[in-house]
Amino acid sequence: MKVHRRLMLKGMLALGAIAAWPRLLLAARPDSAFSANDADKAIADLFGQIPLDSDQVKMKIPDIAENGAVVPVTVSTDLDNVESISIVVVNNPTPLAAVFLLTPRSIPSVAVRIKMGQTSQVRALVSAGGNLYSTSKDVKVTIGGCGG
Amino acid sequence: MRRRDFLWLLSCASSAGLLPGCMRSIVRGDPYEASPFGNVRLLHFTDCHAQLLPIYFREPNVNIGIAGASGRPPHLVGRHFLEYIGAAAGSSDAHAFTYLDFAAAAEQFGKVGGFAHLKTLIDRQRDEAGEGNSLLLDGGDTWQGSATALWTRGRDMVYACNLLGVDIMTGHWEFTYRDDEVLQNIERFDGEFIAQNVRVTEDALFDGVAAYDEDSGHAFKPYTIREVGGRRVAVIGQAFPYTPIANPRRFIPDWTFGIRDDDMQELVDRVRENEKVDAVIVLSHNGMDVDVKMAGRVSGVDAILGGHTHDGVPHPLIIENAGGKTLVTNAGSNGKFLAVLDLDIGNGKVNDYRYRLLPVFANLLPADSAMQAYIDDVRRPYLDKLQEPLAVAESLLYRRGNFNGTFDQVICDALREVRGADISLSPGFRWGTSVLPGDTITMERVMDQTAMTYPETYVRDMSGAEIKTILESVADNLFHTDPYLQQGGDMVRVGGLNFSCDPTASMNYRIADMTLDDGRTLDAGKKYKVAGWATTGSESPGEPVWEVLAEYLRAKKTIRVDKLNTPVLKNVAGNAGLADYSGALE
Repeated sequence: MKVHRRLMLKGMLALGAIAAWPRLLLAARPDSAFSANDADKAIADLFGQIPLDSDQVKMKIPDIAENGAVVPVTVSTDLDNVESISIVVVNNPTPLAAVFLLTPRSIPSVAVRIKMGQTSQVRALVSAGGNLYSTSKDVKVTIGGCGG
Repeated sequence: MRRRDFLWLLSCASSAGLLPGCMRSIVRGDPYEASPFGNVRLLHFTDCHAQLLPIYFREPNVNIGIAGASGRPPHLVGRHFLEYIGAAAGSSDAHAFTYLDFAAAAEQFGKVGGFAHLKTLIDRQRDEAGEGNSLLLDGGDTWQGSATALWTRGRDMVYACNLLGVDIMTGHWEFTYRDDEVLQNIERFDGEFIAQNVRVTEDALFDGVAAYDEDSGHAFKPYTIREVGGRRVAVIGQAFPYTPIANPRRFIPDWTFGIRDDDMQELVDRVRENEKVDAVIVLSHNGMDVDVKMAGRVSGVDAILGGHTHDGVPHPLIIENAGGKTLVTNAGSNGKFLAVLDLDIGNGKVNDYRYRLLPVFANLLPADSAMQAYIDDVRRPYLDKLQEPLAVAESLLYRRGNFNGTFDQVICDALREVRGADISLSPGFRWGTSVLPGDTITMERVMDQTAMTYPETYVRDMSGAEIKTILESVADNLFHTDPYLQQGGDMVRVGGLNFSCDPTASMNYRIADMTLDDGRTLDAGKKYKVAGWATTGSESPGEPVWEVLAEYLRAKKTIRVDKLNTPVLKNVAGNAGLADYSGALE
C-alpha cells in the first residue's frame, strides 16, 4: 500500500484528534512501561503477553540513522481491529518510545521520530483483535566520516 | 576512410611520436574496436572526481571482502584479479585493472583518463552506435576531487559534462556543496539529475522548501524515460544513501537519504506497469556490495550501473532475484574507464547484452580540441597556484586501499609534525591520484588528495578509549557483514599509531594491540594529542589540510615513505583481496 504524504498527514492529524478526546484512553497512560529499563519488561507491563513475529507488521526505518536524535520511523499494518501500535528501542535507557492507541476505524499507520542513543534493535508492536504482533530491525547509529 | 580509422591512425602516430616503439608495440591492434552489437548503447563513467586532465591512479593491493563478498569481485587484487579477467601480467589490461608493478607500467603505458581523451572515446562510441542510439550516464562524484572543481564550486565540471554530452547523472560528493549551490549547478547542467532516494524532510516541506514532487517528497526527479534506438529505456537514479552520515549534513540540512529499496521496488513496478518500457536501468552510487544486495532484493531491473566504491570490474556480476536476473557493474574512478553496455532489445525486453569496460589510455586517444581548449581556459587563472612545485617524490605515492596508502602516510606525518600531535587521523577516501617516484609533487597533486569543502584541521585531546571507538566505528563501516551497513569508504588512516585489526570480528572486537610509534601501549584512560581533518559535525577551527601538507612538503623537499602505519591483520591471510601487504599477517 502506498500512503501518500498528504494522506499520511491527514491520518496523523486524525490521530492527534483521537488522542485528544477520549479521556478514558489517556487515563490509562502506562507510566511503569515508559519508565522500565528493559524492553521485555516494558512489553510485559504493557500487554502481559509475548508478541508473535508477523510479516503483517510493516516498519520503515533507516538501516543507518542520519541523526540518532531524530530517527524517522513509520509503522503500518494490514491487520484488522488494531488497538494500538508501539515502538521499542531495545538499547535505549528507557526502551519504550511510543504507544499509539487506535480505534478500529482509524487507518493503522503511524509515523514518529524517535531518539536513539546507540546502535539498537528497534521493535514495532501491533495489538489487534486481542493478539500481539511484532517486527524488528537493527538500526545502526554511527559516527560519520569517510565515504568513497 | 571512416572517422574511427582515422582517429586510430592519429593516436598511433601521436603515441609513436611521444613514446617511440612503446605503447604501439605493447597494445596490439585497436583496443577500442568491437563488432556491432544490439540496438541500444549505454555509456557509463563514474567517480571521475573532477580529474579534467590525464592522471595516474594505482588500484589497491588491499580490498578485503568479508563473508559473502570474500573471494568475489570486486574483492580481488593483483594476480587474483588477473586470473579472474584472464589478462596476462605486463599487459595493458593488467596495468589498468591492478596495482602490479605500478610505477614501471605507468611509465610504459602513460597516464589515464582526462576529459579531452574521454571525449574522443565517447564520441567514437556514439558515432558507432549511430544517431539517437546511445545514452551517456554519469554515476556522480563528478563535481569534487580537484582544486579547480573546489574553487569553482563544481561549475568547471558541470560545463565539462555539458561538452562531454552527459545525458543523465546522479550524485554523492555533489552534495558537499551547499544545497543552493547544488540546485544552481543542476540548473546549469544540460542533462537530467535523478535520485529516487533523496527526499525533502517533513519539517522542511512544512517550511515550504522546494521539492521536485511535494506529495512524494522527492527532492529530485526520481527517474527518466528516454527513447533510445527506438526503444523506451527507463533510468532510475540512486544517489549515495549515506551522504548525510559520511559527509557533513550541515550543507544539506533539508534533504534525507537512505537506500530505500522498498521504494525502489515500488518505482520499478510502477514504471514497468505504466510507462511501457523495454528496459529498466538503475544509475547507482550505492557502492558495489550494496548494489549486489539490492539486486537480490529488487526485481525487474535489467542492470545496475554502479559506482562509489571505485571498483574497475570488467565483467558484470549476474544476480538472481524473484523476477529474474540483474546485471551489476562498477566502472572504476578518476576517468580511468568508460563502460559500454550494448543491449539487444526486442519484444519489450532485453534479449542479450555485451559489456566492455574500456581503459582510457590518454596516449591512445588524441585530445578532443574543443574540450582541451575549455580545460585550458578553466585552469588558466589558477595555473601558478596549481603548478607550484613543493617536493620531489622518492617513493610511489598513492591512496587507494583498505588501509594507509603512501600518500595518506605523508598527510598523517605532516599533521603530526606541523600540528605537534602524538597521533594523526585522516579519512579513508577512495579518491586521490598517484605520483610516480621521481616526479614533482605540485600543489595540484596535493589538492587531488584534499580538495573538498570541509578541509579544516583540528588538534584535540582524546583518550585511548575514544581513539579505539573511532577505529572500531570506521572498521565496522568497512567490514560489516551486511553491505547495507557499510558506507563504502576505506579505513581511517593513522599516523603515530599501530594496532591490529581482525576484519572478520564484530563491532568493538576488531581493533586491539594499540601502541604509539615509540612502542608505548595506548592507555584507555590517558589523553593523547590527536590531529586530524575533515570533521563531519561542526567546522574545525584549524587551517585547511592542504596548507599543512604544503608547508610540510616545502620543508622536506624530498619525500620517501619507509614506514606505513598499517595494522597487523588477523584471520584474513589467504583472502583474495589482499596481496603484497606492507604489514604483518596473523
